[in-house]
Amino acid sequence: MIDQAPVFIVIIPLLAALLLVFATPLGPRFAYGMLVTALAATLAAALATLNLVVAANQAVHYRMGDWLPPHGIELVIDHLSGVVLVLVAGCALLTAIYSLRTAEQDNPDRLNQYYSLFALLVTGLLGMVASGDLFNLYVLLEISALSSYGLLARGGGQAYYATFKYLIVGTIGACFYLLGVGYIYIMTGSLNMADLAVILSRPELQESVSVKIGFTLIILGIWIKMALFPLHAWLPNAYSKAGTTTACLVAPLMTKVSVYIMLRMMFTVFSADYIFNQIAWSELVIYLASAAAVVGMLAALAQRDLRKMLTYIIVAEIGYMTGGAWLANAAGFTGTTYHILADGLMTLCLFMAVGAIIYRTGETTKAAMVGIFQKMPITAVVLVIGAASIIGVPPTCGFFSKWYLIQGAAQAGAWVFVAALLIASLVAAVIFFRLLEVAFFGDLDAAPAAPEDGHGQGHGPAVARAEAPLSMLIPMMISAAGLIVLGIYTREVVSYFISWSIPAGF
Amino acid sequence: MDELFPFIIAKYNYWASLILLFIGLYGMIAKNNLMKKIIGMIIFQTAILLFYVSIGVKQGASVPILFFSEDHQPLLEASAYANPLPHVLMLTAIVVGVGTLGVALAILQKIQRVHGTIEEDEILEDMRQ
Amino acid sequence: MKQLTLIILAACALIMLVAASELPDWADPASPASSHLSPGFIEQAYEATHTPNMVTAVLADYRSYDTMFETVVVFLAALIIMIILRRTPHRRFCKILPQRPQRKGSDTVLKGAAQMIIPVMQIFALYVLGHGHYSPGGGFQGGVIFGASFILLALCYNLRFTLTRFRERLVLLCCAGGALLYAGIGALCLSLGWNFLGYAALAEILGVSEAMARSHGILAVEVGVGITVMAVMVSIYYDLASGGDMYEGL
Repeated sequence: MIDQAPVFIVIIPLLAALLLVFATPLGPRFAYGMLVTALAATLAAALATLNLVVAANQAVHYRMGDWLPPHGIELVIDHLSGVVLVLVAGCALLTAIYSLRTAEQDNPDRLNQYYSLFALLVTGLLGMVASGDLFNLYVLLEISALSSYGLLARGGGQAYYATFKYLIVGTIGACFYLLGVGYIYIMTGSLNMADLAVILSRPELQESVSVKIGFTLIILGIWIKMALFPLHAWLPNAYSKAGTTTACLVAPLMTKVSVYIMLRMMFTVFSADYIFNQIAWSELVIYLASAAAVVGMLAALAQRDLRKMLTYIIVAEIGYMTGGAWLANAAGFTGTTYHILADGLMTLCLFMAVGAIIYRTGETTKAAMVGIFQKMPITAVVLVIGAASIIGVPPTCGFFSKWYLIQGAAQAGAWVFVAALLIASLVAAVIFFRLLEVAFFGDLDAAPAAPEDGHGQGHGPAVARAEAPLSMLIPMMISAAGLIVLGIYTREVVSYFISWSIPAGF
Repeated sequence: MDELFPFIIAKYNYWASLILLFIGLYGMIAKNNLMKKIIGMIIFQTAILLFYVSIGVKQGASVPILFFSEDHQPLLEASAYANPLPHVLMLTAIVVGVGTLGVALAILQKIQRVHGTIEEDEILEDMRQ
Repeated sequence: MKQLTLIILAACALIMLVAASELPDWADPASPASSHLSPGFIEQAYEATHTPNMVTAVLADYRSYDTMFETVVVFLAALIIMIILRRTPHRRFCKILPQRPQRKGSDTVLKGAAQMIIPVMQIFALYVLGHGHYSPGGGFQGGVIFGASFILLALCYNLRFTLTRFRERLVLLCCAGGALLYAGIGALCLSLGWNFLGYAALAEILGVSEAMARSHGILAVEVGVGITVMAVMVSIYYDLASGGDMYEGL
């Protein structure tokens, strides 16, 4: 039974989503319990699969329907996908636990349907990471995209237009990916990733223009889904107008899984020396990534709305990861892969903390941060740890991923990228120090009027403790602890998991 | 000129799909009315369907359903049947396209209700207030 | 802005059209797509699955994992449209909505024609679904025709008339139920020791050869797909045509 673990990862959330529709008469608490149990079982299956991969020290192949690839579809889980699967399952579980109060508040009469969409989004993401077939990946990409449109549209009011723009842009991205797969299928006749790696190493296909066009279309489609500058315009509007739980679910995961798919396409299907020798524009990507990092952080600096600021930080982080992957060396690849884990946890931590603050105070701008240290001390500590990780302070994991990325960039001679990383860290420090100054001293200079009580000192009036509810606190504390633990155990994580997935020749 | 004409005829399926694709893409990006963007999306997805399905055609082949001879023996000649795989892939793509279209129309109805219009510049004007 | 988009897209179109000269010719039987996987499918599909329609064999057996997720996409679309649009009729509209025309008078021709056509449509839908092994057809096509018969009922009579016959709650349960049937068959094969969606596991339960078991497995999942697609078509019509309040359709 244990070697059926790969398929359990995808099937359990799917069955949970379908059964949640049937379970509507059993009430909201039952739905919550069912979702959390299903995601916990999924996390267990993901850990079991990772264990299988590490024990065998090679990729686990699972054949659907007992058909041999390339005729049938197979799931392929190696070290990289195993770790990303654990990340996705873990973040989804933490968000599900966190959603107890907010989901019911946002969706009073259709909680089961909302949780069903939640579970289907998780299914789509997990299936994308586990898949070993190009077209299967497209179908799961569309499942996760459709679920995210549905979840984001629950934000109401202004969210509808933002979701519509996201739908148009997302469809362009997915269809570019599909067209790229079509070009590859025409030239090779196969859809299986391992089979394609063999076929594409033939010299006549390496020189072929159509294969280059296919690769370009696939990468463009993935970049649109990933919100790489300058294709990032849809991300801040769509994510910032969503409900609290939705933002905590989509923001850490969807863009990271797209980065994973880019790595898979680049290094497993098309080999590393194809990209860096045959593709003419591969050196330009570093400049694009550097621009993404700097533009993202500067735009975040200019925002008043807390969640919009966090979404611009996501844009900058995507810049880091893309640059690291296209640096063409081992340190850069390690930095990107480690940063997928680190950024997933960081973004989850910050979005949960900000969501708790918005839940308690009802404000979404920086005015919500007034006196947070007195009102919600644990939440504030979580926010500080998340901020430290984004800036890159040891021993949080953000420091180590920047360390690898800078090392890789210095080795490759990409000084533009090094400069962009340092500038972005500096701007992040400015953003978060300003925010925490407001939070600790409660003093706002250009914000809407807080209630005046007549004293002109720095401290606000003594505010009552109104800490976030326990269902929100526990996942926040776990994710903040995870940031520090991941940082401390960096060397183990890299040597057990990531170093096995570095492509040959790096 | 006499090599250009057979050249165009030999690959006319790709010309047709690519031209439709760019028409659809222009509609999705440049049009102001949201319904026209959706129509552009449909044209774009249909062009990709055409692209894939046209790959599966073989000279002189018939539909991919087995033909049985007089004594109930199947005719298993690979060149007598069209390639079934692009048909399968595009069945999935059609269904996905219909799903996306449905969701887009539902969101459009909500936009009409909230903002009162489906022209993009008027919506942005409305959101600024 | 529009001119800039036009210029960029025209340039990209020109590049791709010129590059298309390298792609294989139209209807070339020696192209990689026609010579790598498709001979395997064509020559072995009947022997392995006892299904003359090779498209159905590939769709529901070789690539049945994909088809399961396709069914989930269809279910997801219905769920999302319901979760976005569905509302109780007493809420106020935020902006002006045009007046819906009221119908009056009797529609003898429409109702008579509907009474004659709809049963035939439904039988034809079941035929298309069941005959998917031998002729073009299958779950999706049969399900759409069946759903269209309910939409025809709603158009010729009244939305509320159709709602009394096929209630909203039952529609949603059918949407999920068909996909659950599909995943359930896969899980059944899993519990019998084979891989997920390996229909050969059903040979022990049904007492037939492996190829016949695969044929029956294909039929069973097609039934699941048909139920879901039918219910989804009806559900999408209910939500989109009435704008969410289930009061008056088109």
